[in-house]
Amino acid sequence: MTHSPDTRPSPHSDSPPVSPADTARSPIISIRGLEKRFSGAHTDIFALRGIDLDIGRGDIFGIIGKSGAGKSTLVRCINMLERPTGGQVLFEGQDLCILPDAALREARRSMGMIFQQFNLLMQRTALQNVCFPLELTGVKSAAATQRARELLELVGLASRMDSYPSQLSGGQKQRVAIARALATNPRVLLCDEATSALDPATTDSILALIKDINAQLGITAVVITHEMSVIEKICSHVAIISKGVIVEHGLVEDIFFHPQSEAARRLVLPEALQNLPAGTYHRLIFNGRSSFEPVISNIVLECGCPVNIMYADTRDINGEAFGQMVLQLPEQEAARARILAYAKAHSILLEEMRHV
Amino acid sequence: MFDQQTVEMLLVGVWDTLYMTVVATFFSYVFGMVMGVTLVICRKDGIRPNALVYGVLDVVVNLTRSFPFLILMIAVIPFTRFLVGTTIGNNATVVPLVLAAAPFVARLVESSLLEVDHGVVEAAQSMGASTWQIISKVLLPEARPSLINGSAVSAITILGYSAMSGAVGGGGLGKLAIMYGYNRYQTDIMIITVVLLIVIVQAFQSFGNWATRRSDKRTP
Repeated sequence: MTHSPDTRPSPHSDSPPVSPADTARSPIISIRGLEKRFSGAHTDIFALRGIDLDIGRGDIFGIIGKSGAGKSTLVRCINMLERPTGGQVLFEGQDLCILPDAALREARRSMGMIFQQFNLLMQRTALQNVCFPLELTGVKSAAATQRARELLELVGLASRMDSYPSQLSGGQKQRVAIARALATNPRVLLCDEATSALDPATTDSILALIKDINAQLGITAVVITHEMSVIEKICSHVAIISKGVIVEHGLVEDIFFHPQSEAARRLVLPEALQNLPAGTYHRLIFNGRSSFEPVISNIVLECGCPVNIMYADTRDINGEAFGQMVLQLPEQEAARARILAYAKAHSILLEEMRHV
Repeated sequence: MFDQQTVEMLLVGVWDTLYMTVVATFFSYVFGMVMGVTLVICRKDGIRPNALVYGVLDVVVNLTRSFPFLILMIAVIPFTRFLVGTTIGNNATVVPLVLAAAPFVARLVESSLLEVDHGVVEAAQSMGASTWQIISKVLLPEARPSLINGSAVSAITILGYSAMSGAVGGGGLGKLAIMYGYNRYQTDIMIITVVLLIVIVQAFQSFGNWATRRSDKRTP
């Protein structure tokens, strides 16, 4: 992003001040017992069931799941594009499910949303697209245009303001969509598979932009994706959704280090789990410190027994490099115990995983 | 080829035809647009689903469209007399023209609006747009090229109806073709009126195509 600080849109005048204490105290979005049921011909289908989530102010909260898991339905329930059939969605303490239409429209202006297919108005230029949400709220044309210009500069599209969406690339369209979502000074940005239609390089630049917006404007982001790499690159927190249920949630590092559920393990170790024969393995995780040490060599030398490396990769989680290896330890109990004791003594993260 | 009187008669015919077509198209759009928009927003997956309104309007539109125009024109004679005080002439013809064309326009508007990507409507909803704002700022502007194209189609259909009305008291080129060309065996008048109608239709369609292309920003 190339811009000078003074082109940054000013924070919303009536938005509450964001302090670190707030982050810990009150979540900006609380979901309680959320349920979405579709009535089928014979039986009802639950797209979402018993969802409880707290999304902290200023977090980048990822929601990951396979297609059909219900993640899109979940994010669309947050701003009531999809009406939940049960439970509560509390946005800054206000239950959106029971808000009357006018109040809901007001609340929606505090939550920007971007989409996989960008959903720009095709008959309007980039600038007019960004003006659109401002027109809805009755902002005067000159003021709206001024603000739209600032936002397009913020997302790095100063030179394409008068282009129509059909003249822009996918990445540029998503930048326009982000600028448009930010126009009404929202406190939350909902991203529904925002990078799924983009190539890897463009994906990275859009993710960097979302992260920048989060850091600079303090906007909470909810990121829906089916790709673990998206979560690792920008998210602070993650919830894993499978078959309409949240199976695991927490800090991204925690899920990466100690995946509890089968779904989480499949996300953290996708290829390894496909190729391993059934048996007991140990997963070794390198963080910043241990990646500078010859950990495996030390284990082998100190314990005097070989280990078999089944799988290894590195991940970039929030800008920090993490590595992981799946090891097969010796069959003998004594040798195995020596290695585990060594790992414990040197605070090397080595955890057992059973693969079937 | 023709004497001055015939030329003048033809010119008046052209004027009458254009007058009826333009006025009837305008009023057809006033009513058809409202019906078309209502059909779109009230359908099951619309932004304001309403099975009752949709169902009633759907049946009314289908019923009116099933009437052969000539029969409809005769059937509504009392209504026409009540509205404009006479049943012959241009203004009297406009009444059945609008009655016949409005439901047709409603269907055209409906299909144009349904072409608008639902995702764009959702994006507007996510920004807190009201139903009226979605209609006026999303559906109609986004469907503009298709609506313009549809209006050329409507005008041409109405032009055809207006020619038919010449059989039962309407004016314009249709009347000339029937009166002179058909009833009095003046083949040359018949041919010239048909040629004039062809030219008008071509002009409408070409203008419609040009305006559609010009207004559409979807192609770079």
